[in-house]
Amino acid sequence: MSARNHDHQHQAVPSDPALRVKALESLLTEKGYVDPAALDALIDHFETKVGPRNGAKVVARAWVDPAFKRRLLADAPAAIAELGLIRHQGEHLVALENTPSVHNLVVCTLCSCYPWPLLGLPPVWYKSTAYRSRAVIDPRGVLREFGLELAGDVEVRVWDSTAEVRYIVIPERPAGTESLGENELADLVTRDSMIGAAKVSGPRP
Amino acid sequence: MNGVHDLGGMHGMGPIPREENEPVFHHAWEGRVYALDRSLAAHQRWTLDAWRHDIELLPPADYLRMSYYERWLAAMERRVVRYGFLTPEELSSGRAAPDSARGAPALTAAMVQNYGRNLASAHDPSIQPLFHPGQRVRARNLHPAGHTRLPRYARGKCGDIARDHGVHDFPDTSAAGLGPKRQHLYSVRFAARELWGEAASPRDSVYIDLWDDYLEPA
Repeated sequence: MSARNHDHQHQAVPSDPALRVKALESLLTEKGYVDPAALDALIDHFETKVGPRNGAKVVARAWVDPAFKRRLLADAPAAIAELGLIRHQGEHLVALENTPSVHNLVVCTLCSCYPWPLLGLPPVWYKSTAYRSRAVIDPRGVLREFGLELAGDVEVRVWDSTAEVRYIVIPERPAGTESLGENELADLVTRDSMIGAAKVSGPRP
Repeated sequence: MNGVHDLGGMHGMGPIPREENEPVFHHAWEGRVYALDRSLAAHQRWTLDAWRHDIELLPPADYLRMSYYERWLAAMERRVVRYGFLTPEELSSGRAAPDSARGAPALTAAMVQNYGRNLASAHDPSIQPLFHPGQRVRARNLHPAGHTRLPRYARGKCGDIARDHGVHDFPDTSAAGLGPKRQHLYSVRFAARELWGEAASPRDSVYIDLWDDYLEPA
């Protein structure tokens, strides 16, 4: 490719995204299609109201209430609706239980599908080409990179979210948490553990 | 399409970029892109599948170079013109033409607290499944040039129906504007060795959500 063509290609894609977004927002607002107050509210919604704490409440309830866990594994949307965390109909959710012998890991190789009503918007690593390419072919290597070494006799199940079904992992309850209440347990549950990229650690002594 | 977005099983993408205490948005403009995109989606001029296809249509080198929200932005700049929100002149000049179309917001601040996806029910007894849990199936060897959610790494491979997710819109036709063609969707279990050969762990497996049209009896 000549230097001239190369320059031309760069000109066709302006470099500063902040300016491009500002121009789009201003035009679309002037023409009436978007409400800037709605943009502010949506950003606030995802920065402060929706996030992994929702999923952590589901996990903690499953740990303390075996009947709830059974309902969660059989029909996650109905069980989660009991907690009042998701109001919309039609969110297709499946809960996967990690045990000493089965480890589940969730990925979206084709884009970035993620259970955001329970976990918020996905982290950069989940959307990265590195994770999306490797999780299906080398899940044990990926988990090792996250600091989790699985024994050879553990069965690894990777879930590629190719459709509108969203998966949340119910991690194992750590040892030494028998005396903790549901809220304290929820505080232990991390985002990565609900994707299957980590285990939950017990309370710090 | 056999695009660069279809990443499953590729090598060479480097270490996984992990970040402690990661913010929801790394720059203010990322939040604006996200919210602008959702506000436009509320107008329902495109399906989610068509939306995904727009991102897949970015030139491969751009796709790999851009950050996640840069991809959203680049796809949105094409979409606002294609679906009639802006004229090409308005997009390039940054000024609204006095005689161009106007509209009303489809998403307001008051609607945000109930913000969520509005997916059709997966329960539809009038549409029968072509396969049943436990059945051995093969992912068909399809290479459509348009949008598809059958990853390349599964094509031609055999697996077992693990569960029936009910009836869902079919992405290939939905993205192409040919209607939802609703059909059964299944979680199909593929042994890691079927996908990746003898070097894979004999215990491991990959579950992929696949539609009737992607499958044949094995």
